[in-house]
Amino acid sequence: MIHYIKVRPLPPELHRWRETIEKIAVDEGLDFFEVVYEMITYEKMSEIAAYGGFPTRYPHWRFGMEYDRLSKSHTYGLSKIYELVINTNPCYAYLLEGNALVDQKLVMSHVFGHADFFKNNFWFSRTDRKMVDTMANHATRVRRYQDLYGVTTVEEFIDVCLSVENLIDPHMPYVQKKRKKTRRKQDLPDELVGDGQSLPRLQAKEYMDDFVNPEGYLEAQRAKKKAEIEQQKRFPAEPQRDVLMFLMQEAPLTRWQRNVLGIIRDEAYYFAPQGMTKIMNEGWASYWHTHMMTKRGIMDPNEVIDYADRHSRATVMHKGRINPYKIGIELFRDIEWRYDTGRFGKEWDECDDMEARANWHRPTGRGREKIFEVRRHHNDITFLDEYLTPEFCARQKLFTFEHKPRANEWQIASREFAEVKQKLLFQLTNMGQPVIRVEDANFENKNALLLTHRHEGVDLDESYAYATLRNLFALWKRPVHIASRKKDRGILFSFDGQQPSEKAFDG
Amino acid sequence: MTRIKQDHSRFRRIVQGKIRQNLKHYISTGSLVGRQGRDTVKIPLPQIELPRFKFNQQSGGGVGQGDGEPGESLGSGEQQPGEGEGQGKAGEGEGEKALEVDVTLAELAKILGEELQLPNIEPRGQKEVVTERDRYTGIRPVGPDSLRHFKRTYRQALKRTIAIGAYDPKNPVVLPIKEDMRFRSWSTVKSPQSNALVIYMMDVSGSMGDEQKEIVRSESFWINAWLKSQYSGIETRYIIHDATAREVDEHTFFHTRESGGTMISSAYKLASQIIGDDYPVSEWNIYPFHFSDGDNWSVDDTRTCIRLLRDDLVPKSNQFSYGQVESPYGSGQFIKDLREHFPVGEDDCTLVVSEIKDKDAIVGSIKEFLGAGR
Repeated sequence: MIHYIKVRPLPPELHRWRETIEKIAVDEGLDFFEVVYEMITYEKMSEIAAYGGFPTRYPHWRFGMEYDRLSKSHTYGLSKIYELVINTNPCYAYLLEGNALVDQKLVMSHVFGHADFFKNNFWFSRTDRKMVDTMANHATRVRRYQDLYGVTTVEEFIDVCLSVENLIDPHMPYVQKKRKKTRRKQDLPDELVGDGQSLPRLQAKEYMDDFVNPEGYLEAQRAKKKAEIEQQKRFPAEPQRDVLMFLMQEAPLTRWQRNVLGIIRDEAYYFAPQGMTKIMNEGWASYWHTHMMTKRGIMDPNEVIDYADRHSRATVMHKGRINPYKIGIELFRDIEWRYDTGRFGKEWDECDDMEARANWHRPTGRGREKIFEVRRHHNDITFLDEYLTPEFCARQKLFTFEHKPRANEWQIASREFAEVKQKLLFQLTNMGQPVIRVEDANFENKNALLLTHRHEGVDLDESYAYATLRNLFALWKRPVHIASRKKDRGILFSFDGQQPSEKAFDG
Repeated sequence: MTRIKQDHSRFRRIVQGKIRQNLKHYISTGSLVGRQGRDTVKIPLPQIELPRFKFNQQSGGGVGQGDGEPGESLGSGEQQPGEGEGQGKAGEGEGEKALEVDVTLAELAKILGEELQLPNIEPRGQKEVVTERDRYTGIRPVGPDSLRHFKRTYRQALKRTIAIGAYDPKNPVVLPIKEDMRFRSWSTVKSPQSNALVIYMMDVSGSMGDEQKEIVRSESFWINAWLKSQYSGIETRYIIHDATAREVDEHTFFHTRESGGTMISSAYKLASQIIGDDYPVSEWNIYPFHFSDGDNWSVDDTRTCIRLLRDDLVPKSNQFSYGQVESPYGSGQFIKDLREHFPVGEDDCTLVVSEIKDKDAIVGSIKEFLGAGR
C-alpha cells in the first residue's frame, strides 16, 4: 500500500483500541479500504477541515476564510470538530488531540462506518480514490499558473469559476451516453419552399389528393419540419446539464483558464456524491457507532454518560432543519426492524387492518442483510423515496414549514406524510440547488448564452442570480441570460457586460 | 509559513481591501456603530461571498423535526430558522452562512489612519506614567509551590535518573526529589503607559434632532477607534447639556432629548470639574470633544465659555475639539465666536473647530479633528 500522507503513529493505547474496533467492525460485516488514523491538534484539524479534508489544496482565500471561522469557533468554544474522514484509498481519518478516550473510541467506530460506506455505496464507485494525489497535483498546477500569470489574476479567475461550480450534472458519471454529433450549420432543405410536393403526405389517388392532403395539413408538416431543422440548428442540440463542461469546450478561454476551470469541475464532481448521500452516510456511520459502542463492549461502563452526551448532541432534533444524523440512523433502524419483523412484501402492503399491522410479527431475520443492501444501492433521494413511511414520519415528528410574509415569520405548515415527503425530496433534488442547463449558445443570434432554470415552484434568489451572471459573463464574454419564473410569470434575467436587466420571457 | 496561513492572510487582505473601499460609506452611514464587542467589530461583508444560482429562501420553506401544531411559529424574520446553529462537517458540502467578518479595532483604526492619512499622535513629554508589571521570565530552583513548573521539574528528575543509571525504559518511573524542583521566577518590567481621557459633550436642547445625533454617534465611534489605537488605555466620559449639564452613560448620551435653552458654559464647567477631580493633567492626555448646533443663549454665556476655554480647558487638553452640526434651528453662531477668539494659525492654539453639514461631511471632520496629530 502506498501512503500519500506522512502519518504520525497513534499512541499505543489508542492503537490497541483501533485494532480492537477494526476487528469488531470486520466481524460485523463492514468492508473498507485500510483506514489510517492520525491524531492532530485543533489548529491542524481546522486547517485540514478548511481544505475539505485534504492536506493540500490549490491556494485560495476562501480556505483561509473557512479556517478563520473554524479556528475562531473553537477558540470561543462554539463548536468542535470531532472527526474528519476522507473518501480515498487508503481512507484517512483524523482524531482530535486532547479528546477523552471515549470520544476517540466513538469517532473510530463512526469512521469505520463511513469507510465502509465510501467503499461500497454505488454513488461513490466513480470517485477518484487517489484524490489526495490529484488535489496535490491541482495545487501544483495552480501555483505554477500563479507564478506565470500573477497571484491575483489566477485567484480572481478561480473566484469566477467557483461561482458556477454547482452547475454540474451529478448523474453524469454513472450514465453512458453516446455523444451526438452536433451539426451546427445546415442549409434549409429545398422542399420547405415551393408547392410542398416532397413533404411527407398521405397516399391518395391524384383526384383525391387535395382532399386527403389539404393545404392546412401540408402547412402543419412544413412547420414541423421547420421546427426539426431549427432544433438541429440549435447549439447545443440538447440542453446541457454539465454547464462547466460546456464552458470548458465553448467559452473563449486561454489554456490555463480552461485548465483551472477543469480543476474546479473535477473537484466538484469528487465532492458531489457526499452531497447526494449525506443522510445515508451519516446515518450509516451513526448506526454503527451506536451498535459497536453499546453492544460490542467497546465502551467502559463509566463512559456511558459521556458517550450518551456526545451521541445525543450529534443526533439532536432541530425545529427548523433536518438533522441528517438523526433521520439517517432512525431510518436505517426502521428498515432493519421492518424487515426483521416481516413488515414488507405483498401481504403487508395489502393488509389494511390497523391492529394486524401493529402486531405484525413474522420474524425473518433479514433486517441486517437488507440494510447492507440499502447502503449499497441508494442515495438520499431514492433512500427516502423508497423507505420513508407515514408511521416513520409521525414517529419522527416531521413537518414542513413556510415563510408567512404577512407575519414575517416562519410557521409549521403541515404534518401530512405526502407533503413532508414531497418537500424532503425536493430539498434533496440536485442537493438543494436549482437545476440549470445550457439552452442556447447563440441566443437571439447574438452569440449570447442562454441558461434555463427548471422551475419547480421555488424562485431563484435574484441578487445572487445577477451576481452570478456577472461572473458568467467574465467567462463567456458575451451577454448571458438565465430564464426562470417569478411566481407564475416567465422571466429572463440578463447581464450584457454593463447592466443587469430583467424582462418577461417565455422560452 | 504553512499553506493555510498563506490563504488566511490572503483572506485578511481581501477583507481589509473591501473595508478600505467601503470605509467612507461605513463612516457616513454609521453602519458599524453598535457592532463592536470588546476589541473587535463585526462587519457584514456580503461582497466577498462567492455568488451562485440558488433558491430564494422565503419562497422555499423546508422540513423540520419536533413538536408543534401547524401554524405554530418557528421564529420570525428573514433568516430561515435553524440557520447559523451550524454543526457543519467539512468535506460534506461547503456550508453557507451570512458573511460577517471580525475585525479588530486596531486593524480598523489602521485602515482609518491610512485612508484619511492621519498622523500618529506624538507623545507629550511629561505625560508618561511609568507602570510596573511582573512577568514570568525564568526558572529557579526555589520558590513557592504554587509556581512549581511541572514539566521542568520532571525533566530535571528524568535527567538525574538517567545520569545515575536508574532509568529503566520498560518501567519508566521517574520520581522527582527536592533538588529536582523547578519554579517559575519573574522579573519586573517598567513600561511607559500613556492614558487618554476623552470627554464627549453634546448639546441636547430641542434644536438637536435625531440626524444630528446620528452624526455625533458615528463620529465619536471612529474617534474612539483611532484614539484607542494610539493610547494603551482610554477612558470616555459623557456630558449632555441644555441650560444645565450633567454626566451620563453612553446610552443616555445618544438617546436623550431635552427641550429648552442652551448654556454651553455649563458643560465646560462640568468638564473642567471632572478633569480636576479625577484626572491629574500630568498623567492624562485629555481630549474634550464638544458637539452642538452652534446656538448659545446669550452673549454673556459665550463670553464665559471663551474664558473657561482659554484659562482652563484648552491648556489642560492635548486638543479641544468643537464640532458644529448643522441643524435647521440653530443659528450656528458659536463656531464664529470660537474662530474669532482662537484664530487658526496661532502656533500654540490647540483648539480645533469643524463644521459638519451632513453625514457625508463626517469623514472630512474626522480628518480635521485628528489630522494635527496632537
